[in-house]
Amino acid sequence: MSGGVRVVRWTRLSAAFAVGTGGLLIALAFVPYAFGPGTTEKLTELFVLIILAAMWNALAGYGGLVSVGQQAFIGIGAYAVIVLTDHGLNGYLAVALAALFAGLVSLPTSLLVFRLRGGQFAIGMWVVAEVFRLLVTNDSGLGGGTGRSLSALNVYAPADRQAYTYWVALAAMALLIIAGFVLLRSRLGASLQAIRDDERAAQSLGVPVMRAKRILFAFAAVGCGAAGAITMVNTLSVTPDSIFGVQWTAYMIFMVLLGGLGTFEGPVLGALVLFGIQQEFSDSASWYLVGLGAVAIAVTLVLPRGLWGALVDRFGIRLVPVGYTLRGLLAHTAGQPEPERPVPHMTTT
Amino acid sequence: MSLLEVSDLDVRHGLLQAVRGVSFELDEGETLALVGANGAGKSTLLSAIAGAHRPNGGTIRLDGRPITNLPAHRRVGIGIALVPEGRRLFQSLTVEENLLVAGRPGYWTLERVLEAFPLLPPRRGHRAATLSGGERQATAIARALMSNPRLLLLDEVSLGLAPAAIEDVYRSLARVTDAGTTVLLVEQDLTRALGFARRVMCMLEGRIVLEGDPAALAREQITEAYFGLARTGAPSR
Amino acid sequence: MTWVNAVIEGILLGGLYALFACGLSLMFGVMRIINLAHGDLALLGTFMIMVVSQHLGLSPFAALVIVLPGAAAVGYALQMGILQRGMRGGELAPLLATFGLSVVIGNLLLEIFSADTHSLSAGALTTASWQISSQLSIPALGVLIFAVAVLVLGGLQLFLSRTSLGRAMRATADDPGTAELVGINSRRVYATASAIAIASAALAGMFFGMRSSFDPTLGPAQLIFAFEAVVIGGLGSLWGTLVGGIILGVAQTVGAQIDPAWSILSGHILFLAVLAFRSGGIFTAREVRV
Repeated sequence: MSGGVRVVRWTRLSAAFAVGTGGLLIALAFVPYAFGPGTTEKLTELFVLIILAAMWNALAGYGGLVSVGQQAFIGIGAYAVIVLTDHGLNGYLAVALAALFAGLVSLPTSLLVFRLRGGQFAIGMWVVAEVFRLLVTNDSGLGGGTGRSLSALNVYAPADRQAYTYWVALAAMALLIIAGFVLLRSRLGASLQAIRDDERAAQSLGVPVMRAKRILFAFAAVGCGAAGAITMVNTLSVTPDSIFGVQWTAYMIFMVLLGGLGTFEGPVLGALVLFGIQQEFSDSASWYLVGLGAVAIAVTLVLPRGLWGALVDRFGIRLVPVGYTLRGLLAHTAGQPEPERPVPHMTTT
Repeated sequence: MSLLEVSDLDVRHGLLQAVRGVSFELDEGETLALVGANGAGKSTLLSAIAGAHRPNGGTIRLDGRPITNLPAHRRVGIGIALVPEGRRLFQSLTVEENLLVAGRPGYWTLERVLEAFPLLPPRRGHRAATLSGGERQATAIARALMSNPRLLLLDEVSLGLAPAAIEDVYRSLARVTDAGTTVLLVEQDLTRALGFARRVMCMLEGRIVLEGDPAALAREQITEAYFGLARTGAPSR
Repeated sequence: MTWVNAVIEGILLGGLYALFACGLSLMFGVMRIINLAHGDLALLGTFMIMVVSQHLGLSPFAALVIVLPGAAAVGYALQMGILQRGMRGGELAPLLATFGLSVVIGNLLLEIFSADTHSLSAGALTTASWQISSQLSIPALGVLIFAVAVLVLGGLQLFLSRTSLGRAMRATADDPGTAELVGINSRRVYATASAIAIASAALAGMFFGMRSSFDPTLGPAQLIFAFEAVVIGGLGSLWGTLVGGIILGVAQTVGAQIDPAWSILSGHILFLAVLAFRSGGIFTAREVRV
C-alpha cells in the first residue's frame, strides 16, 4: 500500500489512437476529390450506420435503455427535412434542424415511455415508432403511404450534391461521436453507470436519475434524427414503412451486439461489419436479415461482450479513454465490479 | 458411517475465499451448532451443503454418496433441507401454499407441521408478505420440514427475532430433534447455541478453529476461538 | 356498420387480443422476460396450421391438435436452449435474444411463404352470425374466440392457483433460488411456462388466421397489440388482460368507425394515454401475480 499510484484517463495507446483518428477524419474529408459519387454515397451510408450504432450503444450499453423503437427518431429526422425544405429552407441546414427537432420530440416522448421499464420500455418505444409511422402514413401532405422525394437539393449539381451530403455526414458523425465521448466521460457518464448498476441506490445518493436518462435519450434522438435526415438527403426519397421500419433496430442491435455493447469502440467495429455484409448481400433482403438475427442471438448468448469486448477482456486494450486507469499498482483497468449475489441464489463460481 | 461428511471444502464467494479446507462429520440424529463472527463463512458453508453454492474444491458426502455437484433441487429429494438466512418465503403465496410447495412424503404432513408450530394455524391462509418476523421464521422452518429432511440446515435461527419469538422457535426445534432429524444450525446467540446443541463448531475466516461438546469447553476457549484471539501475531490477510 | 355493432365487434376482438396476451403475460409473470418474438411465434403457428391442414386435408381445428403439442415443444426448447442462457446474462440478454428470434422467424416465413396473404378456413363459422336486428349482428367466430379466451384465461388462473405445478410456478416466479432449495427444478418450471405460453400463442394464431387474412410480416403487430392489452389492463393480472384486450379492441373498432385509417392508431393512442395517466393500468398486480 505504497504511494505513487496515479489515476489517469489517457493512456499512451489511447492518445495515439486519438491522434490517428483525427488524421483519419481529415483524410476522409478529401475523399470526394479523389473518388466518384458512387464511393461517397456508400461511405455516407457507412457513416449513418456508425452514428446509429453509437447512439444505440449509448442508450443501451451506457444507459441500460434498450429501445426497439429508435426508428421513430430516424423517421422524424427524415420527414422533418421534407417539411423544412417544403418551407424553403436549404437542404443541409434542414438536416441540422431536423436532428435537433428529433431531440425536441424526445422530451415529451420520454415523459411517457420512462414510465416503463426494461422490456416494456423496449416495446413502448416500438409503439411510439408505430404511432409516428401511422401518423405520417395518414398524412397526404407528407406523401401518405407512398412517401415523398426531396427536390430541394436539385439546386446543386449531382456531383456537388453528393460531395456536400458526404461532408455533412462526415461532420455529423465526427461531432456526434465526440459529443458522445465528452458526455460519457463527464459526470453524466458516471451518473449513468451508477444508475445502471443500481438505480435506487443512485437515487438515494442524489444522482438525478430522470434527468440523466432524459439527456441521454435526447442525445440519442438527435443522433438518430441526424441519421434519418442524412439518409433522406443521401437517397432523396423515403417511404414511411422504410424509414420507420423496425429493421433499423435490427441493424443497430446487430452492430452493437457484435461490436461490443458498452464499449466505445465496439459499435464502430460492428458498423463496419454490417456495412461489409450489406455490400455483399444487398439482394436477398430476407435471408440476410435472418442471418443478422441469428448472429444477434448467438452473440447475446455466447459472446455477450461482443468482438471488441472480448478483445478488451483478453488484452486489456482500451483505445478510447472513457474509463480510468490505475498507474503504479498492477496495470489493471478500473471497472467491472463483481456482481453481488445474495445467498442462497444459484451460483456457479 | 456418518450421515454427512465434508472433506477439505473450499468455497469462493465472488473473489473472496469464504470457506477454506473445512472438514467435519455429522452423525444421524446429532445436533451441531455453527458459530462465528460475521463473514466467517458459516452461511456459505451451509449453502454449499444445500447445493445453492458450488464449491471450488473438496467433497460433500451424504450417506457416503458424493453430492458435491448435485443441483440443489435434487438434494431436497435425498433429504437435505435448508432454511436460508432471511427466511426467503414466497411472498405471494399463502403460508399453507409455502408449506405445500415443499411437501414430500413422510412423517411431516401439513397437519403435523402446523401442530408443531402453533403460531401458524391461525395464519395459514394469509399471504407470506403479511407475517411478522417470528411467524416468518416458523413458516420457513416448517416449510423445510415439509420436505421430510434427514438433515435440516438452519442459517441464522434467531436473527432479527424478538426474544419471545426465539423461545417459540427453539421449542419447535426441540420437537424436530426429538423426532430424530439431524440438525446443523448457525446461531449468532452463543448462549442459545451452546444450550441447544450437543456439539459446537466455531469458524473464523473460513476455517474451523474449534470443535467439541459445549459442556466440555470453557467459555473462554470459545470466545477466544470466536474472535481469533488465541493466535499470536496479526491475522494473515 | 353501426356504433353498437362496432362496440360489440371490439369486445369480441378483445377476446382475441387477450388470447395473444396471456402467453406474453405468463412469460413475463414467471420469468420476467418480455418475449419480443411472441407475435412471430404465434404467426408461425398460423402458418404451421395452414401447412398441416393443406397437406393432410384437415380443417384448421383438426390441424391444431397436431400443431399445439409442437408449439408447446418449441416453447419448451426455446426456454431450455436460448432463454435459460439469456437469463444468466442479465436483463438485456433475453430481450435482445428474443428480438433476434423475432427477426429470424419473421424473415424465414417471408422467405418460405413470400409476402402473399393467406387465410385459414373456418368453414361455415367464418361468416355465420346471429342477426339481432337489421343493424346489429354478432359474428359467431368472434363469440367462439371470446369464449375460448375466457376458458383459457380461467383455466390458466385455476392452474396457477390450485395445482401443485401452478404453485411451483408461482413460487419460482417469486424466488427461483429458494424454489430450488425446496426441491423445485426451476429450469423445468420455466420451460413448462414457456411451453404453455407458446402453445397459447399458436392457438391465438389459429383464430387470427381464421378471422382475417395474414402474411408473414404481421407478427410484430400482434406482439404490440398483446403488449398494449397487458399494459392497459394492468401488469400482473390475467383477468386484467382480458379487460385490457376488450378496451383495446373497442378503441380500434370505434376508431375505425370514425375513419378506417385510424383504427390501429386509436389503439396506440389509447395505450399512450393509459401510460400517461395511469401507469399502473386498470388493475394493478395484487394477488395472483400473473
